[in-house]
Amino acid sequence: MKRKVSTSIPVVVFVVLLAAIWEAGTRLFDVPHYIIPKLSDVFISMWDNRDLLGKHWLVTLWEALLGLGISIVIGTLAAILIDRSTLARKTIYPLIVGSQTIPIIVLSPIMVMWFGYEIWSKITVVILFTFFSIAVNTADGFRSADPDIGALMKTMGASRRDLLLKWKLPSALPGFFTGLKMAAAFSVGGATLGEWLGGEKGLGVYTKRASNMLRADAVFSGVLLLSAMGILLFLAALWLEKAVLAYRRR
Amino acid sequence: MANLNQAVNEGRPLALSVRGLEFSFAGQAPLFQGLDFNIKQGEFVSILAASGIGKTTLFRLLSGLIAPQAGTIAIGQAAYSAVEASAKRQIGYMPQKDSLMPWRTVLDNAALGLELAGTPKREARRQVMELLPSLGLEGTERKYPHELSGGMRQRVSFLRSLLGGGELFLLDEPFSALDAMTRVSMQEWLLQVWEQHRKTILFITHDVDEAILLSDRVLVAAESPITKLSELKINLPRPRSYETSLDQTFLESKRQLLELLGRTSRSPVGGSV
Repeated sequence: MKRKVSTSIPVVVFVVLLAAIWEAGTRLFDVPHYIIPKLSDVFISMWDNRDLLGKHWLVTLWEALLGLGISIVIGTLAAILIDRSTLARKTIYPLIVGSQTIPIIVLSPIMVMWFGYEIWSKITVVILFTFFSIAVNTADGFRSADPDIGALMKTMGASRRDLLLKWKLPSALPGFFTGLKMAAAFSVGGATLGEWLGGEKGLGVYTKRASNMLRADAVFSGVLLLSAMGILLFLAALWLEKAVLAYRRR
Repeated sequence: MANLNQAVNEGRPLALSVRGLEFSFAGQAPLFQGLDFNIKQGEFVSILAASGIGKTTLFRLLSGLIAPQAGTIAIGQAAYSAVEASAKRQIGYMPQKDSLMPWRTVLDNAALGLELAGTPKREARRQVMELLPSLGLEGTERKYPHELSGGMRQRVSFLRSLLGGGELFLLDEPFSALDAMTRVSMQEWLLQVWEQHRKTILFITHDVDEAILLSDRVLVAAESPITKLSELKINLPRPRSYETSLDQTFLESKRQLLELLGRTSRSPVGGSV
């Protein structure tokens, strides 16, 4: 615990320093509020709209979590398929990697056309943002499983199920969590983009409307809350990783 | 010198019988051609060979991980094939690397074989806990592999094999990755354990001294493909310890083994091949 506090001190100090520079800079150089609002104005705007922001925040969080959850399921299943079948390794795996060259932002409006303005279009965009890192990192995790352990288990009469549950899956966990941490950070961006492209609720909608009204303070307050959400999700994934892979810290 | 072990072994049933073994990897020169050899119950036999001659492949054949192109492998009194013997958990295979699961404690690593055999968890743990002290692993049961020394990890790996199989133990250069000091203490430790349990052990090594120190018989594979194994009986009394390696008989056995390996004329006498 003590170690944790001391390692987080530098970043806290740095953030406070940046905030001070922001506030001082905008005051000192008299920057127009529609270009860069004063940080204090951002917080005032955040406070004034706290009820509205809270509702939007929860909508975006829900979309991100739901999309992330579905990505975890299909990403892990894809990784198992890639690991089990040579054909899948040679066909699906390169396709998943190649799919990352597609600019998702261009593809996203199509998702809105397919899945409408309801929550499903946002969730699809979140999946597009997060599926890759979970599938590929988990597949790499499976691949890193020590073949000697598998051979040993076979000489002990292990079944295919034993091999998957007691050897492959535990071996893939570190890779899975690497993917999950990345995906947790990406998920918020995915949900926000989905909302930008068409929606009625969520911080993406809020910031888009604020931006149309040139309310930079409101845009920044939304951005800060989105970034806080991304950090929270990342930290949750990190915490989960540390809890599950506790053996590595010993 | 009268060899008690040998006399005892004579009348025993076979723990392993290999007949006419043929194997080659696809598109490569054969590794084994018409290979025959036997191991009796309770014997400690080493196979001594240079690296890359197919020692590990032999173990993979004996444990049913790969199938030979021809020949038979019969394990135990029931004469199981290698695949049957693995399925019936008659084989204790100890790989070259310790191959412990980093996410499992010593206790759960050692209990792997029992767990796969369907032994209830409590019973499996009880059996492991019972044996830990005799392996010098007392108090390590909650530790993870990366918290142990190389020698301790090998002992956990040995315990896992011991609890995982019944008839025949296959030890694949288990001490080759250890430093010289640890290796000596592990050899003495294995001697002690073996003299207590008297399991049938087939031990692969490329270390001449190690083979002599541990074995009742040493089988030498000199050329590739391996068509036959030359045999040398080690007439050293048991219990043995590292002191045994200073014995005149030890040196005589070493000279004979190096001769069988065809090494004496080409290279100066060294400890390993």
